[in-house]
Amino acid sequence: MGRSLEDLVIFILKRFLQLLPVLLGVIVLTFLVTHVAAIDPCPRWYQKASLAVINHCKAQFALPLWTQFWNYFTQLLSGNWGTSPLGVPVYPVISSAFPATLELVLTSMLLMIFIGIPLGVIAAQFAGRWGDHLVRVLYLSGWSIPTYVGAIIAAVFLAPFLGLPTSGEYSAPPPFPQVTHMSVVDAVIALNFPYTIDAFSHLILPAGVLAFIEMGNATRMTRSAMLEVLPLEYVKSARMKGLSNFVVLYKHALRNALITATTVLGVTAGGLLAGTVVIEEVFGWPGIGAYAFSVLGGGGRPDFDGAIAVVVVFAIGVVIANLIADILYGVLDPRVEWR
Amino acid sequence: MAATPLKVRLHRRGSGGTPKPVGRSVWRSVRGLYRVMRANPLTFIGFVLVAICLVLALIVIVDPVLIVPYGASQNTGVYKEPPTILNWPPSIQHPFGTDQGGLDIYSEVMLALPLDLGIGIGIAAFALVAGGALGLIAGFWDQPRTLGGALSLVIMRTTDVFLAFPSLVLALAIVASIGRGVWAAILAIMITWWPYYVRLVRGETLAVKHLPYVTAAKAAGVRETRILTRHVLRNVLEPVVVYFTLDIGTVLVTFSTISFVGAGIPFPGKVPEWGSMMSFYQQNYVLSTYWWYITFPAIAIFMSALAFSLLGDGLRDVLDPRTRRALAESSSFHEPPPEVPQPAAAPDAAESEEEAIEEEAREEGAAA
Repeated sequence: MGRSLEDLVIFILKRFLQLLPVLLGVIVLTFLVTHVAAIDPCPRWYQKASLAVINHCKAQFALPLWTQFWNYFTQLLSGNWGTSPLGVPVYPVISSAFPATLELVLTSMLLMIFIGIPLGVIAAQFAGRWGDHLVRVLYLSGWSIPTYVGAIIAAVFLAPFLGLPTSGEYSAPPPFPQVTHMSVVDAVIALNFPYTIDAFSHLILPAGVLAFIEMGNATRMTRSAMLEVLPLEYVKSARMKGLSNFVVLYKHALRNALITATTVLGVTAGGLLAGTVVIEEVFGWPGIGAYAFSVLGGGGRPDFDGAIAVVVVFAIGVVIANLIADILYGVLDPRVEWR
Repeated sequence: MAATPLKVRLHRRGSGGTPKPVGRSVWRSVRGLYRVMRANPLTFIGFVLVAICLVLALIVIVDPVLIVPYGASQNTGVYKEPPTILNWPPSIQHPFGTDQGGLDIYSEVMLALPLDLGIGIGIAAFALVAGGALGLIAGFWDQPRTLGGALSLVIMRTTDVFLAFPSLVLALAIVASIGRGVWAAILAIMITWWPYYVRLVRGETLAVKHLPYVTAAKAAGVRETRILTRHVLRNVLEPVVVYFTLDIGTVLVTFSTISFVGAGIPFPGKVPEWGSMMSFYQQNYVLSTYWWYITFPAIAIFMSALAFSLLGDGLRDVLDPRTRRALAESSSFHEPPPEVPQPAAAPDAAESEEEAIEEEAREEGAAA
């Protein structure tokens, strides 16, 4: 029992092992929703395709469920994720789009932390008064505004006002190789300063909208964690020592409140990822979200293999974000036993 | 002001031992609601907005002619003829303007109200009942190495799996596999929404289960199912219903987003829906010219979601005992602390509510 280094390793390994059944469950549930719930889907998925393709699909669905699942499972593991209606294989597209989405989500998470958490502190500081009410209106507005409305408002009205670009990752194709496929990181690696600024100005608006929409949880959790901490004796004694208000709030109180607020990472991961679907479409960001938006094909035939891949990738993303939040919580909170 | 606490206390003490008639408890909850409203003006605004939404929706269901002048796209009949002025900006006759197809946008937005609210409330209610029941079971029978413990473990692991799916993305996959339609969108949200309630109710149940009055009921030989429904459920209900209120707004927004990506009710059709309306206009028209096409449905979604969020968030603040205590204490940072002994934690929700009211009353007394 304790918190030595070996205990930490065991703690993290245990969390990983607990992850495996959840991942398996995610894969099974996706299979159930996409394969078992569909009734004679072949003609719809493969509209305008040759009869041979449709018959092949029908033959696949005539197989017993176990065989179907096994085929689906092994294909998923081997990276053979099928092809889109245009004949483009799904796996390479998703794996090259993934870093762009990761960049967007991580940036908005940072914005959420650096704006949402201080707002929560302000709300707790002025609890029950106008500062509190103002913050509440702000985060509930983010909560109540549909992602696409926020994105359209930002792209049509806010962007011209701030002089920010609204489409893509760069204004012109970059002259340097894209090592990581993350726009800002690539520009920094190439030591290309103008392109770094350009990439950042493309990133900030979509990430900002996403952060504003998902900020509510961070602010709300920080506020209630702060409200729980503020009446404690150690905060009072810090005040009595004559420390400034800022130091008491942000160095003494917030440090403890943040432990609770780490759960935000897990809670908002799903919302952030789902938000990318609309945000990336509106802002022309070349990530998985924009790909997910396109799987329905807008009247044409749906990209069925792509839809499965997108669901699995997003669900795994949420599971991993929760794992990270869980481990972080265990590390930060000294009350958690690692074994 | 100073006389109020005394009166309240006398009243409470008088009704202490005898069984309370139903009328009084209804009266108390009304008065509790009034105090909540007065504590935070935003909660009051939320309450009023929710009431307006519900009343308008009721009117549209019962007798739409009263507030919907032009009827839905394919539903003339009792309504006036559809407007002949196409593509007209907002005016007195058409407050939200008309579109290229001659639809009165005000009428469309109003006709969509019952459907959108119904979907929000219906899906959240389904999640509340399904998730709540599972959470209650998982929380109440959680001893390891028993049948209930095994069941509880299965429920919690399944919940973890379902929690991993963002509803929007799952909706895309469901629509890709079973085809477009309102049921695909509803199914996607229903599948992904209940796990939150399992978590919430399980946590509350675990906390309530070990309180002395439950142990006392067990010792008195009350059947387990009766303890669950009579003693545990009633105390779990309050925070869950508050979360439910907050959730209606979130479901509304999520459903409209799913509609927007093209997985919902087709528009124009028999019944308009805000999300699909906006999706249709956004795809087919230049919005910077025809701004009124999309502005009014957007405001409708935003206002109705904000209404439920304001109400739910305010209620949650008041009913969460930790925040409530902290709110009471944090305001004393800036004022001399009132000399009030901390009330002991009461096991019964009704009693703790009483104490909260008393506590509030005392503070008012101190402030006056």
